[in-house]
This record gives sequence, C-alpha cells and structure tokens, in this order.
Amino acid sequence: MTDRDSPEVADRNQQLVASLLDGEHRALARVISRIEDRAPGHRDLISRLHPHTGDAAVIGITGSPGAGKSTLVDKLAAAYRDRGDTVGVVAVDPASPYSGGSVLGDRIRMAATVGDMDVFVRSMSARGRLGGLSTATTDAVHALDAFGKDVVIVETVGAGQNEVDIVRTADTVGVVVQPGSGDDVQMLKAGILEIGDVFVVNKADMDGVDRLLAELEEMLHRREADGPPAGGVGHHGRTAGSAARGGPTSEARSDAGDQNPDPDPDPDPDPGVDVSSWDPRVVTTVATAGEGIDDLVGAFDAHTRYLRESGAGRHRARSRHAAEIRRLVREDANVLLDAEIRRQGGVETLAERVRTGDTDPYAVASAIVGPIADCVDADGESAERDDATGGSAPGRDPGSDA
Amino acid sequence: MSADTGRDRNRPIRCLIAKVGLDGHDRGAHVIARAFRDAGFEVVYSGLHRAPEEIVQAAVQEDVDVLGISILSGAHNTLVPKVVEGLEEYGAFSETVLIVGGIIPEEDRDRLREMGVAAIFGPGTPMQETIDFVRENAPIRADDPA
Repeated sequence: MTDRDSPEVADRNQQLVASLLDGEHRALARVISRIEDRAPGHRDLISRLHPHTGDAAVIGITGSPGAGKSTLVDKLAAAYRDRGDTVGVVAVDPASPYSGGSVLGDRIRMAATVGDMDVFVRSMSARGRLGGLSTATTDAVHALDAFGKDVVIVETVGAGQNEVDIVRTADTVGVVVQPGSGDDVQMLKAGILEIGDVFVVNKADMDGVDRLLAELEEMLHRREADGPPAGGVGHHGRTAGSAARGGPTSEARSDAGDQNPDPDPDPDPDPGVDVSSWDPRVVTTVATAGEGIDDLVGAFDAHTRYLRESGAGRHRARSRHAAEIRRLVREDANVLLDAEIRRQGGVETLAERVRTGDTDPYAVASAIVGPIADCVDADGESAERDDATGGSAPGRDPGSDA
Repeated sequence: MSADTGRDRNRPIRCLIAKVGLDGHDRGAHVIARAFRDAGFEVVYSGLHRAPEEIVQAAVQEDVDVLGISILSGAHNTLVPKVVEGLEEYGAFSETVLIVGGIIPEEDRDRLREMGVAAIFGPGTPMQETIDFVRENAPIRADDPA
C-alpha cells in the first residue's frame, strides 16, 4: 500500500532491474532482499520483473525435517548443472517464535555446486509472518526466473499449511519421505499427499523401504480412487478448488500462448481425463550417494512435459495466478482493515469492550468491515458482491491477525 | 510488522556465520549463530570446511549485512584477504561488515583491520558485546524500508 513511489525509488528500481537482467548476482540478491523486506517500491519492482518471467521450471521440494531435502536439492542442482541448466534455489526455514531470529542451515548441505555462481541459493526465514511468506517466496522465484534461471527449486519443511501453500506455487511438487519413521505416513495423511506430483523415497538404503513403498502406493491408489468425485479435477485438490472460483476472473485475462479464450475453466475437450491423467511417480533415492538422482530429474522432466502437452500447465498457471491475486488482495484488504481497527481505538480497546459486555465480537467486526462493504455495494453489481464474499478468507483474516 | 531488533531499521539484520578452511572447530560458530538468532538476527550458517570463494558466493547470494568468519586454525592471514578480494570483486565489500572471531594473535590484528575487518572477537568476549557491535554497525542501506 506504500506504492506512491517517489521518483528516486522508481529510478533505483529501474537500475536494479536493469542490472539483474544484465546478469549481476548482487542485483539479484538485492532484489530478493527488497522483496523479502517488503521495502518501499517492492511492488513496482515485481511489476518490472513480471514481463521477464514464465520461462523457468519451478520445482517445489517438501518433506518432514531430516528426510534429506537439502542434500537432495544439492544433488539435484548439480544434476541440472551437468546438463547445462542454470539453477536457483529458495530454501525456507522457520523462525524462532520468541526472538523472530533464525538460523538458516540449508547451505550446510550445499556442497556439490560450490563455487558455481550459476547455482544461486537463497535462504529465507519465515519471519513469523503468517500469510506473507508464500507471497515473498513466489516473488523471489519470479526474480530468479527473470534473472534467467532455467530451473528454480523451492525447498521447505512440510510442516504446516504455510509450507503447503509455498510448494503449491511450484509447477511440479516433489514430496520427500524416508523409511523407518511412522511420522512420514502421518504427514502424508495431513494433506501433503494431495499436492505431490513426484514422491521421493530418500535414504532408500535404510530398512523399511519396501514397507514405505507399499504404503505409499496404497495411499496413492486410494487418492486416485477418491480424487475425481471429490473435486472433479483429480489429483490437485487446489486446482479444483481455485479453478472453480478462479475461472470467471481468468476469462477476462487472456493467457499468453493461449489461442482461444477459454470459456470454460478447463480448456480441454475432455476435462475429466486431462488434469487427472498424471499418475504421481514414486522414485527411490540415496541422496548422500547421489543414487536415483537421474531418475528423479527424469520424473520432474516428465511432469514438466505433461504440464506442457496436456494443457494442465496452463490450468495450473492460471490457478496459481488466481491464488496470487487473491492473496495480494487479501493482504491489501488486511492493511485497510488494520487501519480501520486502529481508527476505532485499536484491537485492545475493542477487546476490552467485548470483555466488559459492552458489545460482542460480531458487532465489532461488522462495524469495522461495514464501510468497505458499503463501498462495494455502492459501486458493484450484486453478482460481484457475491464473488467478493465468496472468498470467505478476507472475513476471517482480520480476526486471526489482530 | 516483522520482528525488528535493529535500532533504526525495519528489517532483521542478516548475517552469514562462516567456517573457512581446514578448521574443524565449530563450537564457537554454533554458539554465535544461536546467540545471534536469539538476538533476532537472521543467521545463515555455512557449515564446515568452506573455501573463501564459497564464503563469498554465500555472502553475495544471501545479501548479508554482516559476515562473521570463525577461524581457529591460524590461517587467517591467507584466508581473510581472499574473502575480502572476492567481496570486492562482486561489489559487495563496501556494504558488508566483516568481523572475525577465534584465535587471532595480537600482532596480526592490525593487519586484518587495515584489510577492512571491522572487529575481531577473541576467546572470552562476552556475547552481548558482539551482538551490540553488530546492532550498532550493521549498515543502513539507502533503500531500507523506513
């Protein structure tokens, strides 16, 4: 919301973007910092980068702590470099809830590609921000994409909704599991199963691999069986969810490379088969020894090809943009709402009034959102209003943030 | 907004704690990394046995405010200059505060300072002293959020 940028900010952004496009690593690093810090003018910065994005294959890697993600990412980066691709890595680590500080340790495992500036690794802290992390990560990926990286890998612990949201911004999602820990199966139950395109059974030299493979296969089988009736779009619950609502808005924007504007959220003749025709692959690796890495790259390549050839890539890109738009609007709305809360005396005061029985939380919420609702009512058609309130989240967020 | 610990800044201080060369003693680096984290800094830890070029690569890519090099091997006179040179090559030196921790003999200290090392913290330095130094000296950038 700070985007009444001064001319000097615009100048600085222009120079920074020019240097980035020129291949200066330091400019890229600085752009990511400014994006991460949500520095003044960062929106303008991202807008300037946008025309140069869209070429990188974005791969999300997630899994429980200790599954071997960082080692795997290191070896993957080396494999991509071997065939001449340039690589960007965004590694997200949690922040301490007490000090807000963090120790970002993903670089410790980075060994195979050291001294090679064509692998650009950036560690990112969750910084205690709730919704903003996936925005910052997505924007950092855009920066690496604009810089010209062929492959961008986003690595995060698959520990919560936040992290799931992050990997969802990738084209291809790899879920890393290791044998011998019941936790992994638990984690998969907790919703990561639905978003994996490729499952990596790492540490495949350990006991219990066969059992884990069997469990995985069974779960994936069940996911296939359950998928279509639930969402209608098979594997990607998110695709189903956001496409349903994202469809109408995305009609107006014609996607690049899309000859016919799609009247339907699903552009393909046979919607049922299309998006669900990717069977998640299971690959076994021993990342420390570099075993199975080629298979893994092959599986990611196959998924990239599938996205391109089936039209599912367009679908995914659109739902990703839809999610991005929705997220940004929500963040902006939150800023407005926070200002309104402050204007009405601050959340502490309001809470105290509720405590003393003076009012109730619903009445307070209505009073705060009321002015905005009035504006929307005055300007828009009732249909648009339906759409705005349909995304239930804006109503929820102020409460949880405040 | 986000956790803010610096005095005049609206973003966390980013540090790289680096072990350089053939030096396997990382207890000190770990302790410092944790203390910095608890002070609210974002700390990237390099891991052991890094070459100077790797440290430079990490410092540039991570866009850190502070680079802390831990050396207990006695090779500081050869390793530190290489890091300084590398940072200069990428135009990152002027905006990075370089500090060194570990066993640095008194007679070597002036030379390191002339090279651009902002501070040297030997054994027994109170943690708070190092933290305060970083807080006070981490560069404010022209484009920092107000």
